[in-house]
Amino acid sequence: MSEEYSQSELLIAVIARLLVGSQHVAVGASSPIPGSAALLARQLSNGAMRVSVLGSRRNNFFTNGGVELFDLAAQGRIDAFFLGGGQIDGQGNINLVGTGPYPRTDVRWPGSFGSAYLYFLVPKVILFREEHTRRVMVPKVDFVSSPGVSAPGVYRPGGPYALLTSLGLFSFDKSTQRFRLDSVHPGHSVEEILDNTGFDFDRSQKVPMTPAPDQHVLDLIRGPIRGEIAETYPRFAASWGE
Amino acid sequence: MPESSLTSLEALAAIVPDDALLAVPKDSSGVAMAATRELVRRGIRGLHLICVPTSGLQAEILIGADAVRTIETSAVTLGEFGPAPRFVEALRDGLLRILDSTCPAVYAGLQAGQKGLPFIPLRGLIGTDVLGNRPDWKVIDNPFAPGDPIAVLPAIRPDVALFHATLADRYGNVFIGRERELLLMSQAARRTLVTVEEITDANLLEDDARAGAVLPAIYVTRIAVAKYGAWPLGLLDRYPIDETALARYVSMARTREGFASFVADWPDQQRAAA
Repeated sequence: MSEEYSQSELLIAVIARLLVGSQHVAVGASSPIPGSAALLARQLSNGAMRVSVLGSRRNNFFTNGGVELFDLAAQGRIDAFFLGGGQIDGQGNINLVGTGPYPRTDVRWPGSFGSAYLYFLVPKVILFREEHTRRVMVPKVDFVSSPGVSAPGVYRPGGPYALLTSLGLFSFDKSTQRFRLDSVHPGHSVEEILDNTGFDFDRSQKVPMTPAPDQHVLDLIRGPIRGEIAETYPRFAASWGE
Repeated sequence: MPESSLTSLEALAAIVPDDALLAVPKDSSGVAMAATRELVRRGIRGLHLICVPTSGLQAEILIGADAVRTIETSAVTLGEFGPAPRFVEALRDGLLRILDSTCPAVYAGLQAGQKGLPFIPLRGLIGTDVLGNRPDWKVIDNPFAPGDPIAVLPAIRPDVALFHATLADRYGNVFIGRERELLLMSQAARRTLVTVEEITDANLLEDDARAGAVLPAIYVTRIAVAKYGAWPLGLLDRYPIDETALARYVSMARTREGFASFVADWPDQQRAAA
């Protein structure tokens, strides 16, 4: 963490940049940082972007129950969404179920939620996982909740667009089916990322530093965005900056 | 309309048979926890629990009480309170059969049930281990556009749908607000049991501003009044989750003994909270 901004604030600013140009961004359950980022991106878009935050009353216009998000996604009415993973591998496969042999897994996580569907359908899926260790970034996931790529002929307008962690930002190249390290966050290094990543990824000779959020963005995050996200994530908003 | 659809909590819970296919909603849509306590007290067994599309404390407690043989769900989590300990242990010990699903697949199966269809196609899924572990799901070639493989899922027709809502009327209509999946669940199910905070004398269907957000009596088998019936979970804008009770649950349910003593104290705890 730096003196000028927290890790959460950096990640919110990075995600907001990734969302530029999206018309409709949806945010799933248990996603305070992506939720804050989507609200920030909306603010910066001067009203051009629509944001739906699951669990929010104010920032959720759905009136057809839980099914509506999935119907919208299948119709192409959602441009960006967020997924995580207890394990993520170099082909963009994600595991939200557990480690070890299924179904009597050694470690059991909650389950796949909507990932086995939304990852196929939303064009810009941002994989977000703060923990960047070899425990999470593995050579091959133990259970494919949803695959990063699909066989030819499988209907797949969507898929991974980026992978953001506490150490750096990767983009996903559909043609090579590999991640590419785009930038390293301030205070971290390519070596640290190599040491903590269990899969191979591409990178240029000199990987740039992730740009820090400027004062205008920080003011927005600490003011209106914090107030707005508190409706859905009061504990997160209260612990801001820690 | 039948006043007889109003009954006691005990009589309502008695309608759920052992081995039932029981559909329950996600935590934020109104969970019938008081009725769940009655099921546990009765010692219900062999449930096939369908979580629409996820569950938390309700599934966790039914599993801890050995009431569930099979769980079909997209996730079980206690949210901010972490993993569900009885659920995790039952899976590890091989005492619980799990049909891992994905949220839209639960909804789609219920939609097929709602429409009286045998199955329904759904995008996504192909190449996932979710599909790979569901022998009841298949992949077919799109009959209208060959060369387009698509997953098909059988209809879900729950024996019983069970949820908690704020308000019902004397005619058996239930106000569900925006929680439209309660309508979906109930229309797909053979029987629907609802607990509510209160009963109004007005007919909910006569108020045009509210009628579109009502589950009509035709789908409702029985209604029972249960004040704070979602406790220790919250209910929409009525009351928040009881964080103290949840934290206490999580610390006690690490062991089977702790779980048993939580369940034994449950009615007193609820009275204290109310």
